[in-house]
Amino acid sequence: MRRYQGIPASPGIGYGPAWIYHPVKAGAVSMERVNDPQAEWMRLNAAMNLARRQLLALEEKTLKDIGEAEAAIFQAHREFLDDVEMMNDIKNAILCRNLNAEAAVKTTFDEAAAAFAELDDPYFKARAQDIKDVADRLLRCLQGKEEGLTEALSQPSIIIADDLTPSDTVQFDKTKILGLCTAKGGPTSHTAILARSLGVPAVVSVAFDYNEIENDTLTILDGENGEVVFGPALDELETAKEKRRLWEAERQALLSAKNQPAATLDGHRVEVVANIGGIEDAEKAVEMGAEGVGLFRTEFLYLDRTELLNLDEQIFIYKKVMDILDGRPLVVRTLDIGGDKSVPYLGLKEEANPFLGWRGIRMIWERPDILANQFEALLLAGVNADLRIMLPMVSGVQEVKRAREIFDEVRSRLTAQGKAIASKVQFGIMIEVPSAALLTGHLAPIVDFFSIGTNDLTQYTLAVDRTNDRVAALASPYNPAVLKLIAITIEEAHKNGKWVGLCGELAGEKMAVPLLLGMGLDEFSMAAPNIPGVKQTIRQWSLARAKEVAQQALSMGSHIEVINYLKSLLPN
Amino acid sequence: MPEISLTIQHDAGLHARPLAQFVKTVKLYNADVQVYNISTGKGPANGASPVKLMLLSVTKGQTIRIVSEGPDSQQVLDALERLIQNNFSSEE
Repeated sequence: MRRYQGIPASPGIGYGPAWIYHPVKAGAVSMERVNDPQAEWMRLNAAMNLARRQLLALEEKTLKDIGEAEAAIFQAHREFLDDVEMMNDIKNAILCRNLNAEAAVKTTFDEAAAAFAELDDPYFKARAQDIKDVADRLLRCLQGKEEGLTEALSQPSIIIADDLTPSDTVQFDKTKILGLCTAKGGPTSHTAILARSLGVPAVVSVAFDYNEIENDTLTILDGENGEVVFGPALDELETAKEKRRLWEAERQALLSAKNQPAATLDGHRVEVVANIGGIEDAEKAVEMGAEGVGLFRTEFLYLDRTELLNLDEQIFIYKKVMDILDGRPLVVRTLDIGGDKSVPYLGLKEEANPFLGWRGIRMIWERPDILANQFEALLLAGVNADLRIMLPMVSGVQEVKRAREIFDEVRSRLTAQGKAIASKVQFGIMIEVPSAALLTGHLAPIVDFFSIGTNDLTQYTLAVDRTNDRVAALASPYNPAVLKLIAITIEEAHKNGKWVGLCGELAGEKMAVPLLLGMGLDEFSMAAPNIPGVKQTIRQWSLARAKEVAQQALSMGSHIEVINYLKSLLPN
Repeated sequence: MPEISLTIQHDAGLHARPLAQFVKTVKLYNADVQVYNISTGKGPANGASPVKLMLLSVTKGQTIRIVSEGPDSQQVLDALERLIQNNFSSEE
C-alpha cells in the first residue's frame, strides 16, 4: 500500500484501477544554424497553420463534449500562438540569427514560461502550463509528430499523470474517468477545472514515485481531503465506498432542488425553461431541471441541404424531442433564416442588410409552402405533446393573420384526411422588432402567447449591429429603451389574458431576475446550465420587492445605471 | 503622447475574456499601445500582445497606465477607457 497527500482540486471520492498516462510529447530540440533562413521561416509558418487548425478542432470538440468555459482554453491557446511579440522573437531568431525553427520556438516559449512561473498570483502563474502546451504543440507540428494517445483508456480508471494539459484531457473518453490525480498543478489548473465540470474528484500536487505505482492497482482518490491511496486495505476500501455513497446522496439532493418549481418568497410562480437547438440539448435541458422548452430553434433542419427535408424525417426529429420532454411544454420557433445565409432552395440570396431584409416570417408572402410544410410536420408529430408554435421576426399584424390562415388550412386538410394531429396547440409570436412590441395590444387578440427575443430586440431598438465589434458595446439589453419595450409587451399581453416569455440571453442572467420578475414575466427561457441558478435566485425574491426594483430600473436613463443598480442587489 | 490611467474592476482582472477584449480593441486602431501596471511597477507591455499583458498580472483593483502613439492614439485610448469603464460588459 502507498499513501500520498496532495491538494484537493475537485470534490468527491473515487476508487478504481489506476491508469498511468504518458502523453506523446515533442522530441528533444537541438540548436542548429540553417543555410536558408527564408525556407526555415516558411516551414515555421506551415507548422503554425497546422497548429491553428488542430486548436480549432479541439475547441469545437471540447465545446460539444464538455462546455464553453473549457473550449475557451483553446481559443486562448490560439491567441498565444498568434501573439505578435512571441512571433517577432521567433522571426528574429530565424531570419536574423539563422536559427532552426525548433530552437527558435523553444527558446522563445521557454523564456515566456519561465517568466510566468515567477509570478506571484497563482492564476497567472498557472498560465506557464498553457505556454508550454502551445510550445509543445508547435514543436510537434514542426517535427511531424501525430497527436494522440499512446494507448487507449480501456476501462473506467483513476487517471494518474505528471500533469494534464487541456490537449491531453480532451482526448480521454470522459465516461471512463473516475478521477484525476497529477504530480503537478494547483487548484486552478486545467485538471481541476476539467474534473469539476465532469463532476469527478481530483487531487493535484501529489508527490508520487512512478517506480512505486503501476497500472491497474486499485486506487482510492479523495477529493475532499487530498489523500491518494494505491492498493488500500479492505476496510479502507469499505470506508471509501461508504463515503462515496454519502457524497452521491448529497449531490442527488442538490440535483433534486433543480427540479423544484421556481416560486418567489410570496408564492408567485413562474416557469423556467430551456433554449435548445437539437435533440442533445433537449436531454441536457431535462437533466438540468427545465420545466419545458421556451425556444426550439429549427434552422438546423434547413441548413446545409439542397431541398426541404422530407416530412417523415422532420416528424421523426420533432417526435424525438417531444419524447425527451415527456409532456413538458415545447415552444417551436418556425424557420428563422435570412440573407446572411445562402440557402438557394429557400430562395435566400445575399442582401445588403440581411437583418432588415427577407427573413423569418416575412418569407410567407412569397413562399407560404415552407411554413405550411413545417406546420404539417409539427401537427403530425405533436399528437400527444404540449405544442406551442412561435413565429419569428414579426413586425405587424398582417403577417400573423396570414400565418394563422395557413395554419388553419393545413389543420383542416389533415383533419379531412383523417390523420391524427396535435390537439393541444398554442400559437404565438416572438417580440424582437420594436414595432411588434408597440403593437402588442393589437397582436394579442390573434395569438396565445408572446416570447421576447431580447438579443434582436436590443439590436433593432438601439440600431446596433451586434456582430460589429466597434459598436457591439452599445448593445445592452439593460438599456432602459429596451426595458420599456419589454414592459409594454408584458402589460398589454396581460391585459388581454396572454402569457409572455423571454428567450434572450437576458433571461439566464441572475442579475436580471428581479427586474424581469417585477415586470411580470411569466416564463424565463435560457441555456440549460443557467437553469438551477436562476431558479434558486427566483426563490430568493418576493414579487412585491421585485416590482419595486423593476420600477426603479425603468426610471433610469442608461444601461450603466441599470447594471450598477442590479449588481448592487446581488448577494455578497 | 497621450496617456490614461485606469483601475481594473473586473473580478477576473486583466485575463481571460477581459484580456481578449482589450487586445481586440487595441488591434482595431492604428496606434502603438504600451501598458504599465502602476500598482506593481511592472511594464511596459505591448498592448497587442496577450502574453506580455498577462505577464503584467493585473488583478482586480490594480491600476494600469496606457500610453499610445500613432495616428489613432487618442481614439484607441477612448475605446479602451469605454471598455474598462463599462467593466468589459459589452458581451453580457
